[in-house]
Amino acid sequence: MKLRLGRLGLGKLGFALALQGVVALGTATSALAVDDTKVKLDDPLKTGMFAYHQKLILGDPDKITFDERVIVRAPVSAEDSLNVPVTVDATAIADVRRIVLFVDYGPIPKILTYWPQRAQPKLSFRFKIDQATPVRAAVETTSGAWHVGHTIIDAAGGGCTAPAVAYASDDWEEELGKVYASVWPDRGRVRMVVDHPMDTGLAGDIPMFIIQKLQLDDLDGTKLAQIDLHEPVNEDPAFTLYFEKGALKDKLRIHGRDNNGNPIDAIASAQVTQ
Amino acid sequence: MRRGKSPASAGHAGQLTRRAAAGAIASAGLIAATGLTLGSAIQAPPASAAIKNGNYDLVPRQVADGVWFVEGAREYFTQDNGGDIVNCVLIETDAGMVIIDTGVSLKYGQALRQAAASLSGLGIAASFNTHHHPDHWFGNQVFADRPIYALGETASLARAEGDGFSDGMYRLLGNWMRGTETTPPTQTITSSSITIGGRIFVLYPLSGHTGADLALLDKKTGTLITGDLAFYERAPTTPHADLPKWYEALDALAAVEAALIIPGHGPEDRDGQSLEQTRTYLTWLETGLKQAAAEGLDMVEIMEETLLPDAFKNLGAMPQEFHRSVSHLYPAIERQAMPLSNL
Repeated sequence: MKLRLGRLGLGKLGFALALQGVVALGTATSALAVDDTKVKLDDPLKTGMFAYHQKLILGDPDKITFDERVIVRAPVSAEDSLNVPVTVDATAIADVRRIVLFVDYGPIPKILTYWPQRAQPKLSFRFKIDQATPVRAAVETTSGAWHVGHTIIDAAGGGCTAPAVAYASDDWEEELGKVYASVWPDRGRVRMVVDHPMDTGLAGDIPMFIIQKLQLDDLDGTKLAQIDLHEPVNEDPAFTLYFEKGALKDKLRIHGRDNNGNPIDAIASAQVTQ
Repeated sequence: MRRGKSPASAGHAGQLTRRAAAGAIASAGLIAATGLTLGSAIQAPPASAAIKNGNYDLVPRQVADGVWFVEGAREYFTQDNGGDIVNCVLIETDAGMVIIDTGVSLKYGQALRQAAASLSGLGIAASFNTHHHPDHWFGNQVFADRPIYALGETASLARAEGDGFSDGMYRLLGNWMRGTETTPPTQTITSSSITIGGRIFVLYPLSGHTGADLALLDKKTGTLITGDLAFYERAPTTPHADLPKWYEALDALAAVEAALIIPGHGPEDRDGQSLEQTRTYLTWLETGLKQAAAEGLDMVEIMEETLLPDAFKNLGAMPQEFHRSVSHLYPAIERQAMPLSNL
């Protein structure tokens, strides 16, 4: 019995090795291609992944540099891999057009893109972490130059491959798209939680189902800020957006849609703080 | 945590939130913490993990007639402490030793059984698990030849979450966990007291730290074993906490007026300070998080900018447990704080 298994095992091993050889060859060739960035950076974290993301997520920009002025704040260790809080702060950089958040290691690296429009280039959010990884914030200015900051988060993982908690209850559909939000105009702050399963498509037999876009507008239609969400954003996405004091009125509109076409529409109001 | 790492961070966060947030939480804490007298009630120097040559070296401390306990390090799980962070109690009866909570691993359970054998030649009579967190029952496989009692809900939770906990503990403790197999409790508690070898144990089925928390009173000596409903000189943990129920449980335990309390973590307590300290901390935590939600703070801002009051900043496992509690409790609290805004 043992011998037979052994022989079988050897056969399989031989096949696996051969296959690995082909795969290794294949990746070696394409890896060269994706590593061949216009700007060569010396990644201080040396993850072996940055050039790949530089090319595929950021589009291989002409100007890009690591920049300590881009601050990414997060706990050193993820207590809840489904809800890892992160604050990115690029307020030390002028003329920010967008901030792209992504991880080096994870099945779906890109978390979200933030377009501050009239907001400060600073955002708090939560995401699902799949393993210990750096989180990078790549900040593009209106001149097209990119500035990259990061932090490292340790994690037990599994956040991207667990089904949404929402499905534990029967009435999750009734909660879909509900927005809990407040505005603090005197402190230039908006906080919101939007109910949505944010299915990554990686949990068994549950297709990808995510909010793709959230837009904040003044009631007169002036655009304030936009968030493009990807699968790793947490279930029931939670954001704090930051503005100059007095830039916000007492009410603003939050609207968007998910990839199934469900609309999200809400008016957030200033609360009387006790 | 990163803190004020660059001028940009400190300046900007300071203008917007740092002062307000820290002030809110600190003032809430000061009010709540008034009346706490720290230091006077501590019975023993802070325990460090009892480890010698890569093995647990458990030396039970006698605290009442026929009652011993081994105090764990007042820390979070690390490779250095081997997960020896929990209190396990040994009580002598005519039928052998009763063990309350069995520790974090096979190896720990073996050391605990050896310690019990050094105190009594009668062997083990029975064991109890106060609740389903892994540091309290992962030594069960060593005691599985005798009854292992727990609340029914604790047994269900242990069965449901045991394998997940096991993955986590192997990751945190590595080789210390070798050979540990999750062995849920076998006997469901249905009565309000139980007599083992002539010794009466009053049983309190409570909850709040988890979905089911058992406290036991040794009738002979008036020793109350609280499980993790009480922490002392070590920050409480909240991954499965229900705060209103936890406050109720603390009320029930205070009403027992025990001569001696052995908390789940930290030193023995002879004047009820452990119950008071646990309640004061949880109240401060809840008040502070509600205030933070009313100000629209994000979790990272709360973790980094909260100043821990003097009464809590020197508790074991701080500020780690505070950060963990923000993750556990804030999402539900902030949802309550903001109004539904849909059109």
